[in-house]
Amino acid sequence: MTAAVTEPSVAALWEALESRVARGDRFAGLFAARSGDTVTLTAHVAAKDSRGIDILEAPLPPGAASYPSLSPRIGAAFWYERVIHDQTGVVPEGHPRLAPLIRPGDPDEHVVPLHVAGYGLFTIPHGPVRSGVFESMEYLVETPGEAIPHLNMRIFYKHRGIAGQFAGLTPADGVLLAERVEGIASIAHALAFCHALEEIAGCKVPREAALLRVVHAELERLANHLDVAMRLSDAAGLAVATARFALHKERTLRLVSSLCGSRFGRSVVVPGGVASVPQRPAEILPALGRLEKQVLADAGVLMGTSSFLDRLRGTGPLLPERAREHGALGPIGRASGYSDDDRFARPYDGYSLLAAEPIGEHTGGDAMARLRVRFEEAEQSFRLIREALEIYPERTRLTARARLEPPDGRAVGWAEAPQGEVLYDVAIENGRVARCQPRSASFHNLVLMHEVFAGDILTDFPFIEASFGLSVAGAAL
Amino acid sequence: MSIWVLRGLRDGVVTTRWPRRPDEYADSWRGPVTVRPDAGGTSVPEGLCPTGAISDGDGGVHVDQGKCILCGRCVAERPDVFAWSAGATGPGAAALARQALVVPAVPETDEAIAAARASLARRTAALRRSVHVRHVDAGSDGSAEWEIQALLGPVYDIHRLGIFFTASPRHADVLLVTGAGTPGMAGPLRTTYEGMPDPKVVIAVGTDAISGGLLGDRLTGVSATVPVDVFVPGSPPSAFGILNALLTATGKLAAPGTKGALR
Repeated sequence: MTAAVTEPSVAALWEALESRVARGDRFAGLFAARSGDTVTLTAHVAAKDSRGIDILEAPLPPGAASYPSLSPRIGAAFWYERVIHDQTGVVPEGHPRLAPLIRPGDPDEHVVPLHVAGYGLFTIPHGPVRSGVFESMEYLVETPGEAIPHLNMRIFYKHRGIAGQFAGLTPADGVLLAERVEGIASIAHALAFCHALEEIAGCKVPREAALLRVVHAELERLANHLDVAMRLSDAAGLAVATARFALHKERTLRLVSSLCGSRFGRSVVVPGGVASVPQRPAEILPALGRLEKQVLADAGVLMGTSSFLDRLRGTGPLLPERAREHGALGPIGRASGYSDDDRFARPYDGYSLLAAEPIGEHTGGDAMARLRVRFEEAEQSFRLIREALEIYPERTRLTARARLEPPDGRAVGWAEAPQGEVLYDVAIENGRVARCQPRSASFHNLVLMHEVFAGDILTDFPFIEASFGLSVAGAAL
Repeated sequence: MSIWVLRGLRDGVVTTRWPRRPDEYADSWRGPVTVRPDAGGTSVPEGLCPTGAISDGDGGVHVDQGKCILCGRCVAERPDVFAWSAGATGPGAAALARQALVVPAVPETDEAIAAARASLARRTAALRRSVHVRHVDAGSDGSAEWEIQALLGPVYDIHRLGIFFTASPRHADVLLVTGAGTPGMAGPLRTTYEGMPDPKVVIAVGTDAISGGLLGDRLTGVSATVPVDVFVPGSPPSAFGILNALLTATGKLAAPGTKGALR
């Protein structure tokens, strides 16, 4: 379901991209790979109606030191081109702000505001070591005291170079690495990686494995959404609500570990299926039912707590037209009226066997809309898990995995993580991974933090950050 | 707001009683791979372990739990040689020396552990009643942060044990480090460590922090940047494993053999 097109030149590639985006397709990523003195640009486009994600490529002339930037034409390429510049040294001419992103940035940024001018402005460097238990990243807040006219994000601290680590691995080792690209969305990353391999090999996953994948993916979504609810409650100083959602999250992680021994579903997904199939996974249903009742009750009370809602209403608004232009992924897009959910638009594994529908439309775009979307998704996750376990085959002999020996080839795999769509562009040569480019929703969405501070002040910051619910590991790779 | 009072009473006390009483979930936890005592002098296939944690030399088969990412491949392929270690809080869940993570133990390990234990005890004698912890992520995958965050929740509730998280390194006694040790975090990690007053203790949380895990050929953990006192294997370690390490590091747990007892 992946179409690969090679354009003769960068200009032709940009033309093709622009016309597809104008038709309603979604720009899903831009990467560069260097081989010898030739750099090849690769774009990913999610087709609106073909149920696939396509690869569009163009080589730069050998030895080229620059190319015309895409960012002025498609704004979502802004961070992608900065990474390309960091990794290959090739300059996108006309890029709006070509500062390093995954290489260390300008040390002077700590000291003086560089992006806004005016009397009494100063910079608050927040991070990389921050108060509380957070992943490392740095926010440089340029402020006159309360408002936030400019925010700069520095994610290079955590750059592990994990994408380059895939080359040469066997498919089985590749999955283990994919699980660690974004540890709180291990299942989604493992799935996207395996989907690419399964597409190359033309392999069909056994029904029981496909359903078990859905169960794990939805438990992961549940844990992530509960984590966001906990962080938002914590930001508002609601001690009981924080404790309640922490308890629900812990119980979710324990459900996962009762199924597979790991609290993050590690080593569950393997190429061709799952590592092992439990005989009666439906045993988790009573505990799941109790959890559902409590989560929904607490969510109901939280969404009726006015002192909490006051902090979320109108906070960190992402305008629907910006969400559409950017192709905002996951709950962030869905809270701003833009939804392209891979589970329903490009169904994989057990999702096509289940009857669940996408959640209703939300257009508020603020932190409150994002939380509403998450609670509705959590409710839907409970339904999906129950449905998947109801049609889980009751046979004594279950098949965990199909045999998978991928021939040489290349494909894009996708999965809907709690943060949004995860993409893996994988090339196989001689049975091993030749190249692999992961793209997390965290990377695609984090850049939107730049533009949601309209009228918000410093004390809104933790709410906006928590409402995005992203992972720095997945963004910095 | 009063409705939250009622919601808070909903489940009664959910906090674990560990370490005063055993905890079923902690004891049923599946830890890093170990070598079965009856394994004998068998040889194992080359390249079985994705992180090279298994060595097969003169002294028999050894597993370096500091490299084990718990993928379970060796246990699945050679159940006659490898087994999961049991429990999140047993002996070996928090090692006081890097070589203590190699199982079965190599001869010179005991002395090294005794020396490490004595050094740690000297430093932490004053910390027993109130311990302040600072966490730094040096390039983790994000999951270890969830497990550390869980310690502040109602199930683990470390405040009951006199352990608190602090925002400033100036107030911290213990440094919890996660992640494989990225070049970008080396400076901030070092600065945080230097900002802490003496005596101080460093805990490397997870296989990534100990050895770099799957990234081990480029990133080799945090030991090169800060001197690690306690090593907690796991990918990621469970919340119980991290709690166990905090108590071990600050001398709140009695010596091995009297498991589950607070000192």
